[in-house]
Amino acid sequence: MTDRRDRPEQAAPAVVNPWEFLRDYTTARIALGRAGSSLPTNRHLDFQLAHARARDAVQSELDMATLAGDISALGYETLRLHSAAPDRATYLQRPDLGRRLDEASHRLLDHNERAGGTAFIVADGLSALAVQRHAPAMLEAILSRLDPKAWSVAPIALVEQGRVAISDEIGALLGAELAVILIGERPGLSSPDSLGIYLTYGPQVGNTDADRNCISNIRAAGLSYPEAAHRLHHLMTSARRLGLSGVTLKDDSDALVEPAEASRLRRNFLVDEQ
Amino acid sequence: MTAYRYNLSNRAYTFVNLRELLAKATPLRSGDVLAGIAAADAEERVAAQMALAELPLKAFLNEAVIPYEDDEVTRLIVDEHDAEAFEPISSLTVGDFRNWLLSENADEETLARLAPGLTPEMVAAVSKIMRLQDLILVAQRCRVVTRFRNTIGLAERMATRLQPNDPTDNPGGIAASILDGLLYGSGDAVIGINPATDSLRNVSELLVMLDAIISKYQIPTQSCVLTHITTSIEAINRGAPVDLVFQSIAGTEAANASFGADLALLQEGYEAALALGRGTLGDNVMYFETGQGSALSADAHHGVDQQTLEARSYAVARKFRPLLVNTVVGFIGPEYLFDGKQITRAGLEDHFCGKLLGVPMGCDVCYTNHAEADQDDMDALLTLLGVAGCSYIMGIPGSDDVMLNYQSTSFHDALYVRQVLGLRPAPEFEAWLERMGIFDDAMQPQLTDSLPEPFRQALAGVSHD
Repeated sequence: MTDRRDRPEQAAPAVVNPWEFLRDYTTARIALGRAGSSLPTNRHLDFQLAHARARDAVQSELDMATLAGDISALGYETLRLHSAAPDRATYLQRPDLGRRLDEASHRLLDHNERAGGTAFIVADGLSALAVQRHAPAMLEAILSRLDPKAWSVAPIALVEQGRVAISDEIGALLGAELAVILIGERPGLSSPDSLGIYLTYGPQVGNTDADRNCISNIRAAGLSYPEAAHRLHHLMTSARRLGLSGVTLKDDSDALVEPAEASRLRRNFLVDEQ
Repeated sequence: MTAYRYNLSNRAYTFVNLRELLAKATPLRSGDVLAGIAAADAEERVAAQMALAELPLKAFLNEAVIPYEDDEVTRLIVDEHDAEAFEPISSLTVGDFRNWLLSENADEETLARLAPGLTPEMVAAVSKIMRLQDLILVAQRCRVVTRFRNTIGLAERMATRLQPNDPTDNPGGIAASILDGLLYGSGDAVIGINPATDSLRNVSELLVMLDAIISKYQIPTQSCVLTHITTSIEAINRGAPVDLVFQSIAGTEAANASFGADLALLQEGYEAALALGRGTLGDNVMYFETGQGSALSADAHHGVDQQTLEARSYAVARKFRPLLVNTVVGFIGPEYLFDGKQITRAGLEDHFCGKLLGVPMGCDVCYTNHAEADQDDMDALLTLLGVAGCSYIMGIPGSDDVMLNYQSTSFHDALYVRQVLGLRPAPEFEAWLERMGIFDDAMQPQLTDSLPEPFRQALAGVSHD
């Protein structure tokens, strides 16, 4: 048996690109090098790992007990709800079912008192992982900014197999003026745990995306909790003052919304004169 | 309206109109199921296909899937139909048409002459009774050649759109991805950015940046910032260097309205870009993107199946002589195309329908992370499209679009498909690659330890940042 070190001619490293240092300046997968013309083994497997994580995030299930515990610890009552999509496979193919409550959940809310005020909703969306990781801390960041004299908050609804528009039905059943849903976003290859927030003034079934405002990309390498809370608070205040949300409500908060991982290289070096 | 009947030994099937017949004849896909228009079971699907095969092509000239009065896309299709070009196949049924397309009679020249005589519905119909190999065989014979600063669509060639998207439109990040793409031989179809921010100011800055790069390195290609057509028109009015005007389009008036576009606006954008006269080899100035399911997602589908509507969007496209059209096949998600199998078939259907209608068809071979698809599925579709003669594909660093959060084909993928199928870049771009020392010859990228001098100079400044 021959040791690999005795046969250096059999080593088959990939060709490295001399512009590899540019990887520090962008999140794009540049300068991967090549084996022949193809992806080197390590880069290929890096991709497979990222895709596996994103796939697992899509299939991940909300741990309702832990989530409810985390949120109760903030001092808020929770409601456990389920959409009309019974499982993930149905959820993925029937967006209409993910936008409505199942019968039991609808009945539960219907018999509840109309809490009014602002309804916060937490739904798994396309990444329960994102919700599990970020929703409690994100809720804490926004709730701590709300002056209890000015804002009344309904029991916090936790929804399995939910899409954004389910906040309309829940908000309406709670008699809420504002519905704010925290939901797992479609996982990107390098962002399996990205949380999104959608705000709707006057939630009611039949509202469209044009009636909502969105804050996206809340995750470790994206928008921070304080920044997201700053923007959300601003949107909530404006929505209530103006009595509307959506395309006519502009997000003119001054929050710096640049992802932490954004490039340090601001100039286009290809044409800048040295 | 005529009902269509088909009798199998055990059961008689009735399809109330052409719209229902086409929908039920469509190979299974989740979007048609979601819309509630798919065949109830596998047998009904084949019964519909058999009924469709017996339908004379002329029937499509007598019955619209969306009424003429209600929809400007229908009016465009009907008003611009070329009866003379249609004449040679006017007595055929859909089934005969398939046989004819597969025969030796349907050569490149004949198919090109026929294109204006075909309606999207005829083309969609025949595709529904074709297997993948049929879609590939016929598409391979279609040649749609377009020009701006280079030539797209020639035989044995496959171009790439270099797609250097950045989550914050950061010039440094975009430049890094452009450099990476160029040094891997990508970018002949277009260097095209999906902007993160659609403001006129941001779009104009990106346009200026791309124009400067193309000018400085004398790259025989064109640029595009894929913003809404009204923004491009405004940018043109303010003197920005717009090569190609982009717009997403769909197969119904209502779906186009949901994109904020109509035929009059497309005409305005077309004329504005044409007036700039920035093309050196030709004046194909439009870039359109499409994709099955877009009309359903806008609730603007009129009960028509998503594949027929997709073909109708090509009638919109061909009106404006585009340089490039591509179907972003797997972007829309599993509620429209569930898995790799459905994405693969849709990609080949779209390419076939586009080419047969005379549209310069490319394909964004892609998927999202909530679809039942992976890199193996993309490799298969990419290879099949390469064989079918697809005009161009996307080139994205490492397949990972960090702005749009989906996976498409990479610079490496383009080199792979060129290598195994002997495909080459657009001739003008190929000559530039060789001139710059990026490719030794048409097929082999040069070892990267000898960076082309102009790029070495550009990089020398960066490393000291």
